[in-house]
Amino acid sequence: MRAGEQLPPLRIPITRTLVVAGAIASRDYQDVHHDAEAARAKGSPDIFMNILTTNGLVGRYITDHFGPDAELRKVAIRLGAPNHPGDEMVLTGTVASVDGDEAVIEVKGANRLGNHVTGRVTVRLPHDAPQEARS
Amino acid sequence: MLYERLTAYEGRPAAEGGEGKDPVNPAMIRHWCEAMGDTNPAYTDASRPAGIIAPPTMLQAWTMGGLSGHTARSSAFDELLAALDDAGFTAVVATDCEQEYLRPLRPGDRISFDAVIESVSPLKTTRLGSGHFVTTRTDVWSGGVRVGTHRFRILKYAPTQRTTATAATTTAPKRPRPVVNRDNAGFWDGVGARKLLMQRCTGCGALRFPWLPGCNACGGQGWDTVEARGDGTVYSYVVVHHPPFPAFDPPYAVALVELAEGVRVIANVTGVPYDKVRIGMPVELGFQSFDEEVTLPVFRATEQGGGADASR
Repeated sequence: MRAGEQLPPLRIPITRTLVVAGAIASRDYQDVHHDAEAARAKGSPDIFMNILTTNGLVGRYITDHFGPDAELRKVAIRLGAPNHPGDEMVLTGTVASVDGDEAVIEVKGANRLGNHVTGRVTVRLPHDAPQEARS
Repeated sequence: MLYERLTAYEGRPAAEGGEGKDPVNPAMIRHWCEAMGDTNPAYTDASRPAGIIAPPTMLQAWTMGGLSGHTARSSAFDELLAALDDAGFTAVVATDCEQEYLRPLRPGDRISFDAVIESVSPLKTTRLGSGHFVTTRTDVWSGGVRVGTHRFRILKYAPTQRTTATAATTTAPKRPRPVVNRDNAGFWDGVGARKLLMQRCTGCGALRFPWLPGCNACGGQGWDTVEARGDGTVYSYVVVHHPPFPAFDPPYAVALVELAEGVRVIANVTGVPYDKVRIGMPVELGFQSFDEEVTLPVFRATEQGGGADASR
């Protein structure tokens, strides 16, 4: 693995179910993540994905690619355009640097409004395991 | 002043002696994995040599108050949020999350945490509305060992009220009035007569637009006017999404149109969706009335045909 290498994209349909299930699984009961009327009253056109779900999806994107023995060390994300139901987010990643058994991956998740998330993930890769995508 | 009151909270605790409501457990891990579509066996396959670990990105989930709320939240943090609520910044959205994982969490681990208010930003204007960013840093512990840290940024904002189409008829805000002065009055007289007039230097013959007292080319003070034929092409353009000004309905295209005569004019492009405007697109001059007082030159895309009236 070298800096500049691209990870295959992961396409995630943003369903109402995903937004609500992610919010509840992360114990986030802010109404804007499950109540469309409340979201509109707060200036948003619909409910939107909470940051914990985005964080979980970014982590999943990395371990889906590097396998179950890869260890997440750091995940730092910034949100931009919201993920509303009916949209699709395409996660893409680029290896920014490799230092020994640790790699830093720049991750971007774009939806039709723009970049929902940009961030960096530091991952420790196992020495003896093949560094290939799980099927 | 509000901002001084807000920054006084920097460095004060946001949570003290927080306890995770549930120990790390396979049920919550499984619910998380189901929601995320995460099939990583490290999180669910207990037969793996190392047993299962919680998805590291669940770090914050173990500290959440859930429906019954936070018990550990400090009075300082509550006061800060209340001060923001009182100032009209009633809505909240998370913007940044930075987590570092020091050791994996496993079923049975009991979580404790404390957090500090790191910073409160000055007033910022965002697409959602204006407000203040509040950054906290949380240390997460288990069995006396720090297992992770978590920096979190929220925006407390005053929601921008969206105008609905039905409410726009009687109370619609009006377009800004043009500023007419002795240097540009001739241009606005032309618009009133549905003509787009440019200036021509009587010294060197150079055409100029927008209207100016002197010639860009030779400095000459004398001028007369030439009426634009009306055809041109899009030289460049932008699409305005934000901020939404009163009487404007984003997204809309604003073009720099190069007239056949060679001068360039900034105007709206009509008759074509905002995302179909292209550099080089042929356009034709028209005039659009926005209210009883304001009529402006606009450019209608001619490629699309149809001959519909100019509209946004």
